[in-house]
Amino acid sequence: MQRRDVLSPGFLYFVMLTLFLYAPIVVLVVFSFNDSRTLVFPLRGFTLRWYGELAGARELLAAVVNSVVLGLMSSVVATGLGTAAAIGIARHNFPGRRFFLAVSAMPMVIPYVVLGVALLILFSWWGVPLSLWTVGVAHVVINVPYAMLIVASRLAGFDKNLEEAAMDLGETYWGTLRRITLPICAPAMLSAFLSSFTTSFDEFAVSFFLIGTEATLPVYLYSQLRFPSRLPLVVALASIIMVVSILLVTLAEWLRNSTLHLSRQGSA
Amino acid sequence: MEFAAELRAVCKVYASGRQPQGAVTAVTDLDLSIRQGEFFTLLGPSGCGKTTTLRMIAGFESPSSGELLIQGQSMNAVPPNKRPVNTVFQNYALFPHLTVMQNVAFGLEVARVPRAERDRRAAEALELVRLPDLGDRKPAQLSGGQQQRVALARALVNRPALLLLDEPLGALDLKLRKEMQVELKSLQRRVGITFVYVTHDQEEALTMSDRIAVMNHGRLLQMGDPVSIYEQPATCFVADFIGETNFLQAVVLAADGTQVRLRAAGCELLVPQSGQQLSGGQAVTVALRPEKLALQSSPGTKGGGLTGFVQELVFIGTDTRYVVRLETGEMVTVRVQNAGQGSSNSWRSGDPVQVHWEQQCARILTA
Repeated sequence: MQRRDVLSPGFLYFVMLTLFLYAPIVVLVVFSFNDSRTLVFPLRGFTLRWYGELAGARELLAAVVNSVVLGLMSSVVATGLGTAAAIGIARHNFPGRRFFLAVSAMPMVIPYVVLGVALLILFSWWGVPLSLWTVGVAHVVINVPYAMLIVASRLAGFDKNLEEAAMDLGETYWGTLRRITLPICAPAMLSAFLSSFTTSFDEFAVSFFLIGTEATLPVYLYSQLRFPSRLPLVVALASIIMVVSILLVTLAEWLRNSTLHLSRQGSA
Repeated sequence: MEFAAELRAVCKVYASGRQPQGAVTAVTDLDLSIRQGEFFTLLGPSGCGKTTTLRMIAGFESPSSGELLIQGQSMNAVPPNKRPVNTVFQNYALFPHLTVMQNVAFGLEVARVPRAERDRRAAEALELVRLPDLGDRKPAQLSGGQQQRVALARALVNRPALLLLDEPLGALDLKLRKEMQVELKSLQRRVGITFVYVTHDQEEALTMSDRIAVMNHGRLLQMGDPVSIYEQPATCFVADFIGETNFLQAVVLAADGTQVRLRAAGCELLVPQSGQQLSGGQAVTVALRPEKLALQSSPGTKGGGLTGFVQELVFIGTDTRYVVRLETGEMVTVRVQNAGQGSSNSWRSGDPVQVHWEQQCARILTA
């Protein structure tokens, strides 16, 4: 690289951006290995103690399990509903289709805090006791639009003729769905599932309003911030979650790209 | 059973959204009888209703009114998957997640044909389209021409009563298209299945078809074998759309049972009757194919011609096209074959010439 490029405003901007984005994350990971209960420089020395103590923190692990189960279940439901909606929008022309699309995409633009309060009011009006189930319902609501758009974009890349061809060859509507439409959507569905899961796993605002007695991980972590001595544990766990999240998002993104690549080939 | 498919007074109207006046009529009062085992072509410009007609036969669209029969059975209420027809789609519509073999065997699998027979028939079909070794590939790994053949094999393997082809050669380059035209025609003869072929390419239609139905604006204009469509076009549109035609505005002077005397381009012409009721003073159009016209230096010896000047000439190898400007200002194109050696019978721009033709080659059109 030439010297001129190093000093160019664009390059400086890039360096600053990277610093602001990733320095806190690096600091977080560094402190998770720091042998001190207070999160201040200078660093005291390397330790795996906090990761070791994590194994013994029962409440915290219960929260992790809650979050994982909640994430898996709500993502399966969100992906299923999102796929159904996507097929409806991309493959069928029915009266009110535009309205349906607008309504389905609405949760994307509603702030989570507002959504949380709204659902809280709804559940208490209906007399539904708050629990992980109510949080699950909220997470489905949050994730359906994303799942729908991911699957719909996959379907839009494929010729509608494919389904017609299957029916032309004697397959029924449901058989066509099972043998043609869903296999073609499969990579997009997986990608939708993964992105739903990550959203659900670290969603705090809505969960905070709707949670019952059993905490999800983000809610539990937030509650622990009141106890400074527990902080290093939280930092260690946050590091683990972050690494897992990055892996999942990368995988989802990679799947989406290979999907796009395939569909381009398919329509060529 | 004489007819593979029949359409009786079929109409297709698309309601368009909220405005009732926005309804689009795609097909109007269409009567077609497609004979068993023939290569039948629906020909017309884009938007003429030919693809809609094909999709109605396939079952993807249902007629707004009228009746559709396939092998004598009414198909109006039969969904596409229950019809004895298969389609070769314009973009092939091969299943991208299945191999070529699985694509071809798809219909047989749906029909629960036993595995051994299914494999044998699929392999046979691939051999029929000369792609025996590509069964394990995915469609994306094939060239356009190969995908085309797979689509053909996938449809033919089910031995449908009718094979519907929606501009299947449209995406291929010219050379491959010509090859596939010949191959499709010979394939059709070998398998003996009725083909219904949709195209906007008149040359393709003439080359392959046993019979052609020319459509425009959702209506059937003329149906017949390629020779009669070309030689005896029923309307100006047909004459213009198929091949090249000169049109002269004319007025009928007198008509008897066999011949019509009329005035066109300042001359009196004798033209054979072509079945219409004509009366003196009526305005008609005379259609003249450029290859049926001949030029001679004026003043000529033969009568019955039109006089004018060579306005433009284009040498195109096999023949030369002369654009002749008549005394009335109308233009007539004449194709003169380059049969002899040298330029003995060639004219130059500005030369006075006389255009003449054998009397029965001119055709009177009223529509």
